[in-house]
Amino acid sequence: MAEGAANGEIAVRFDGVQKSYDGEILVVKDLNLDIARGEFLTMLGPSGSGKTTCLMMLAGFEPATHGEIFLNDRPINNVPPHRREIGMVFQNYALFPHMTVAENLAFPLIVRKMNQTDVDAKVKRALEMVEMPAFGGRRPAQLSGGQQQRVAVARALVFEPELVLMDEPLGALDKQLREQMQYEIKHIHESLGVTVVYVTHDQSEALTMSNRIAVFNDGVIQQLSSPETLYELPDNSFVAQFIGENNKLEGVVESIDKDDTCTVKLDSGQVVKSLKINVNQKGDRTMLSLRPERVVIEPKKGEVPNILEGTIEELIYLGDHIRTRMTVAGHNDFIVKVPNTYGHKPLKEGSVSKIGWQTQDCRALDYYTGPIE
Amino acid sequence: MVDATVQQSQVALTDDGIPLKTKLARATRRQKLRALGLVLPLVLFVLITFVYPIGDMLIRGFYDPLVSEVLVRTGDVIDEWDGTDLPSEEVYEAFSLDLQEAAAARDHGKFALRLNFILPGTRSLIMSTGRKAKNLDPAEIDNYQAYLVDINDEWGEREVWAAIKRLTNPIQLDYYANAIDMRIDVDGSFVSQAEEQRIYLTLYWRTLWMSALVMGLCLLLAYPLSYWLSVLPLRLSNLLLIMVLLPFWTSLLVRTTAWISLLQEQGIINDVLVGIGLLDDDSRVRMIYNEAGTIIAMTHILLPFMVLPLFSVMRTIPPSYMRAARSLGANQVYAYVKIYMPLTLPGVAAGSLLVFILSIGYYITPALVGGQRGQLISNLIATHIQLTQNWSLAAALGAILLAGVLICYWMYNKLIGVDNLKLG
Ligand SMILES: Nc1ncnc2c1ncn2[C@@H]1O[C@H](COP(=O)(O)OP(=O)(O)O)[C@@H](O)[C@H]1O
Ligand SMILES: [Mg+2]
Repeated sequence: MAEGAANGEIAVRFDGVQKSYDGEILVVKDLNLDIARGEFLTMLGPSGSGKTTCLMMLAGFEPATHGEIFLNDRPINNVPPHRREIGMVFQNYALFPHMTVAENLAFPLIVRKMNQTDVDAKVKRALEMVEMPAFGGRRPAQLSGGQQQRVAVARALVFEPELVLMDEPLGALDKQLREQMQYEIKHIHESLGVTVVYVTHDQSEALTMSNRIAVFNDGVIQQLSSPETLYELPDNSFVAQFIGENNKLEGVVESIDKDDTCTVKLDSGQVVKSLKINVNQKGDRTMLSLRPERVVIEPKKGEVPNILEGTIEELIYLGDHIRTRMTVAGHNDFIVKVPNTYGHKPLKEGSVSKIGWQTQDCRALDYYTGPIE
Repeated sequence: MVDATVQQSQVALTDDGIPLKTKLARATRRQKLRALGLVLPLVLFVLITFVYPIGDMLIRGFYDPLVSEVLVRTGDVIDEWDGTDLPSEEVYEAFSLDLQEAAAARDHGKFALRLNFILPGTRSLIMSTGRKAKNLDPAEIDNYQAYLVDINDEWGEREVWAAIKRLTNPIQLDYYANAIDMRIDVDGSFVSQAEEQRIYLTLYWRTLWMSALVMGLCLLLAYPLSYWLSVLPLRLSNLLLIMVLLPFWTSLLVRTTAWISLLQEQGIINDVLVGIGLLDDDSRVRMIYNEAGTIIAMTHILLPFMVLPLFSVMRTIPPSYMRAARSLGANQVYAYVKIYMPLTLPGVAAGSLLVFILSIGYYITPALVGGQRGQLISNLIATHIQLTQNWSLAAALGAILLAGVLICYWMYNKLIGVDNLKLG
């Protein structure tokens, strides 16, 4: 499943979708996206990147300015929201304050003219699913944030939609509760097999929960892939910097070499080798991306092909590793994670040390200087 | 030692042995006094300008000691009279002397006024008798009954004496009886007023249904308007809200007169209707100086009181509730009725209560555009204060109105709960 929609049935398809609110700026620019049935797909991106807008178009609350959205191969641009059979969890939960929890859960069933016995049974089962069987008689205001969240999830699922949308559903919870809810939602997804489209701006949430992640920036999907691929093999500089911790080195391509590698001359003058990912020819400006845990400090002779010198600026002892901030090639925010293994070299602030890396751990990406958050 | 522990478990003590409660009270006393000092001016202001006049009004409706102070001698002896026949010679004598004194001191006018209130048509009886009694010489008179009846034979009627007897008691129920279209007859029992004198109950009823109608019309107009305002961008909605409030900035009198020029038979609306041929020139519609005038003008004037609470409630309802309902399968209408409208209930309730209670006591608009048939109870209260000077009746009418408002408020509290009120 992790490798995407190609090998599953397609539940949702965005086909060349564009959206503009004011007729001047496109907040979603040419969105093409297939979501497989049963998939947990996360839209991840900084705020204002158009994630909510995509979700609202899918739910039917905003019309697409251009393009078509398909639900189970059926175009839905002209289907009103209440006929789309899509469950939705809102950021502020949107539980109806004048109804009890049970009445909230019964609402979609009563709308569908289900008989009272079935309604009661389904409400009961939904409450059990979110482990709140005794809370049916309470008002939303009498519940904690986490409990409201669960009821909101239960309500979006109680009428058994095949597709559920969640727009930053955990944004209002504290960290611990958020992590717990991440697992619960993940668990519910796995046991029910529904398709989930999840929106968040929290990358660790996206990495924990998703089958695939679509990274949004400025109304465009920057990369669509599994969490591992996203972290290990970012396609461009924005993704490399947005997901996880990243060291960047700036320079100019000197030559394109065989085996998809290239030689880059850093702005500070040193020459290094790197994978050729997002550069085309000699003379392109590039940003090299290098994960902190892939940098070797004081490499043995012949261990790595690329070696630079750096000054240790700051050491933070974190138990399992030592987080080391260095100045390398003119960047004073170069991070190296030195594993706290037996017999590692003693590090001292202010001292000069050699660092190095394997060519395949370093990716030559586009030169991106826009905002990340 | 054992004793000490027992005591400690009963009353918490401080280190120096004073009970904690006492110590705490002492520590906070100064604070409390300061707080009291701050609210004292307001409390006095409210007492003097609000509580006292209302209390005075409530009492004035049934308590008026003036006559008992003027007719002191009569008051002493008339209690003996059982009312079956004419009073005794003793009463006639006491009354003649009282009247002589009152006429000399020019107090008999006030007495005449009051007697006239509870027994209409007796004012001139007192005034003319008083004029003559001023020169009364007790030495010349051997029968006071004959003396008075000789001046005016009404002095030989039981009814007059029964009324005088009631007036010599400072507590009189006549005014409350009048306020509900009843009177006290010669035998002291409550009976209905004559048909043509029953006006107040009709007026209460009219006040009630017209207020309810104005409230309903305001709600009907204000609900969609407030909804529209609440979905507009904030800057635009604020601007429009100022337009809604604009009428508050012009004098009530000006606004009401504007309605006159619009609605009168030679007014703009009729002219337009005649102009476009919808009406014949001689069948112009009468829209003012009747119920219609009062209702139209009051609806206009009270509309902002409905819009404001509605708007402030609607603005706080996030659009996600409606969206949630839609996503759960409800169509627009169902979602609106089941989700949106119940959430606006506090605003509806507050606006309705406000408009209803304001219209129940409304005075100036009905006075200007209501004509005869558009008068409300407040207009009659004003009449009794300004024209007839029957303050006691005005007070009784006002007290009944106040009771009505309190009943409305109580029912509101039972049905909706005052805690749910949201005024802005
Ligand atoms: N109803 C709206 N009217 C006008 N502009 C909007 C509206 N909703 C969102 N936008 C704009 O569209 C862009 C994308 O917003 P949104 O989809 O909410 O982003 P995200 O959910 O990724 O934070 C933002 O620049 C935002 O200001
Ligand atoms: Mg958003």
